[in-house]
Amino acid sequence: VEMTVRDALNQALEEELSADEKVFLLGEEVAQYNGAYKVTRGLLDKFGPKRVIDTPITEAGFAGLATGAALSGLKPICEFMTFNFAMQAIDHIVNSAAKTHYMSGGTVKCPIVFRGPNGAAAGVAAQHSQCFAAWYGSVPGLKVVSPWNSEDAKGLLKAAIRDPNPVVVLENELQYGLSFPMSEEAQSSDFVIPIGKAKVEREGKDITVVSHSRSVGFCMEAAEQLAKDGISVEVVNLRSIRPLDVDTIVKSVKKTNRIITVEGGWASYGVGSEIAAQIMESDAFDYLDAPLTRVAGADVPTPYAANLEGYAFPDTPIITKVIRDTLDKKIGA
Amino acid sequence: SATDASEKVKITLPESSFEVYNLEKPSLELEFSKEEMVDMYTKMVTMRRMEMAADALYKAKQIRGFCHLCTGQEAVSVGMESAINSADQIITAYRCHGFTYVRGGSIKSIIGELLGRECGISKGKGGSMHMFSKAFYGGNGIVGAQVPLGAGIAFTQKYLDIPAVTFSLYGDGASNQGQVFEAYNMAKLWDLPCVFVCENNKYGMGTSAARSSASTQYYTRAGYIPGIQVNGMDVFAVHQACKFAKEWTTSGKGPLVMELNTYRYGGHSMSDPGTTYRTREEIQHMRSTSDPITGLKQHLLDNSVASEAELKAIDKEARKIVDEAVKEAQASPEPDLKEFWTDIYQPGSEPQMVRGREPGESHWY
Repeated sequence: VEMTVRDALNQALEEELSADEKVFLLGEEVAQYNGAYKVTRGLLDKFGPKRVIDTPITEAGFAGLATGAALSGLKPICEFMTFNFAMQAIDHIVNSAAKTHYMSGGTVKCPIVFRGPNGAAAGVAAQHSQCFAAWYGSVPGLKVVSPWNSEDAKGLLKAAIRDPNPVVVLENELQYGLSFPMSEEAQSSDFVIPIGKAKVEREGKDITVVSHSRSVGFCMEAAEQLAKDGISVEVVNLRSIRPLDVDTIVKSVKKTNRIITVEGGWASYGVGSEIAAQIMESDAFDYLDAPLTRVAGADVPTPYAANLEGYAFPDTPIITKVIRDTLDKKIGA
Repeated sequence: SATDASEKVKITLPESSFEVYNLEKPSLELEFSKEEMVDMYTKMVTMRRMEMAADALYKAKQIRGFCHLCTGQEAVSVGMESAINSADQIITAYRCHGFTYVRGGSIKSIIGELLGRECGISKGKGGSMHMFSKAFYGGNGIVGAQVPLGAGIAFTQKYLDIPAVTFSLYGDGASNQGQVFEAYNMAKLWDLPCVFVCENNKYGMGTSAARSSASTQYYTRAGYIPGIQVNGMDVFAVHQACKFAKEWTTSGKGPLVMELNTYRYGGHSMSDPGTTYRTREEIQHMRSTSDPITGLKQHLLDNSVASEAELKAIDKEARKIVDEAVKEAQASPEPDLKEFWTDIYQPGSEPQMVRGREPGESHWY
């Protein structure tokens, strides 16, 4: 069976709203409009206006209200139309949601999900094209997941809703309409993907490519193309940004002895930078036959024009090139 | 002198106790048992004594960082608490010691938190601004952030059909934050049982209300939400207003804005002497004409609820209780290092490992 990422997210929401009366969904256009990107289609009809709530355009306000509801015993799913708008509300995600459990000595709990599309869409320019994985990934008290395909989307969102801590779910608008296979297991309402575990999407022996979200698809394409030339690429889909599954990355590097990272966000202080540092601090460092290279979004505010935008984000050709370059390099050579 | 503790005493509030906006004034007549009145007095003098102890401990360098005292503002928390029960919820900003106390936090646990000790109400991990107790959500160090959080707590009450109210407090300084108005809007749209309480102590840090706010009629500032302004130095007026607000919000009329006019005797925090942006005469004038404890004491004497000697005994007892709590808190050890790693995530849902300053210091769950 194939299912779009959008439908997988919708199924996860529907199943978890059915399973627990304390779960509710709020955000801009989630109810009557059926979601700005139709992820929440049909949920108002099924669960009614008590459980599926349209908010005014008021990100700081509704993120704070949702967090207050979580502190007092409910399990809110707070949708941001995009994570770009969540910058208006980031104080509540970081200061109100992530830190209260610790500051209260464990007496106050905050089970909440903040979700919505993250990263660049197509042709929407600088204010709507940014990946926040590095931002939220740096905050203790938060968990952060970043699904690529439909199984990821369903399993990670359900895990996020069931998790007793605040979880940020970074979706990607350009993935919503793409179809992926759904295993029988993934179609079950019991299906969850553990937060904090990466998945080896493709096994290989020559080089490890670590990625998350939409970029995983380009890495898979690059691996497919390079296989024709006899190059065996291992693709690791992070799935979780925080906690980061360092074990899986280290294990892969020990096998392939080479690694690159691929992400849509900026390289500076990014997910790839964190992975590079983790490798430096682990025994995987001793297994490297070449230095790590980060493939990432160019360090510019995203331009509008199609040809310029094409230079801004990783695609299959650039990943293929960097893989070949890394295979040609040798430490000390 | 007190005879029967349950005997009721009639109180008539002055006409000037309330100003209203789009609603009828609450009654000026109320009744308390002698026991209730003595309880209010006891709480207020104990709270003041506790804050005086915090002041001394801070000056003795035993308390670190920020420390905001509520001396002068005791009628706000005590009056509110006297009008509500444990199903009702409170959230406030960083000036939170008094609320923590009236919501059941022990003096030892509050002072212990200030001292950063194991016995602290947040295990020493929150400090002055982050104290929580039953039906009390802090204690928030980000000015204004607690207001939509409070609307969310009221949302939970409505969602779960709990017939209770949430008081979401903020200062005159915070009243100009955008998210306060965002919370007003949603609370009115959805008729949440939320009372937005502007605790107006006249100064947001060193900026007077008139210098920060285009309108200082804080009780009218939601426009579409009715409001009430209350003499926040009179514990009876606060009681009556909070009781009225609870009835209003829990009868489905939606939210209310309440302005409690009060005054802080000390600086904004311990690092502020509090005398550069206002005169010593102003502070002295408020202390001598409007002090909430002196005002209540006069009621107790005028109505023969308690004698001068009995009140002195209460004062003495408060001092003793606070002194003992301070000693016990000081005797409490610093938090165990194992607590450094707890409460980041809920037990059983932690990541495998949390990093220390260097990889070797990392903690494995």
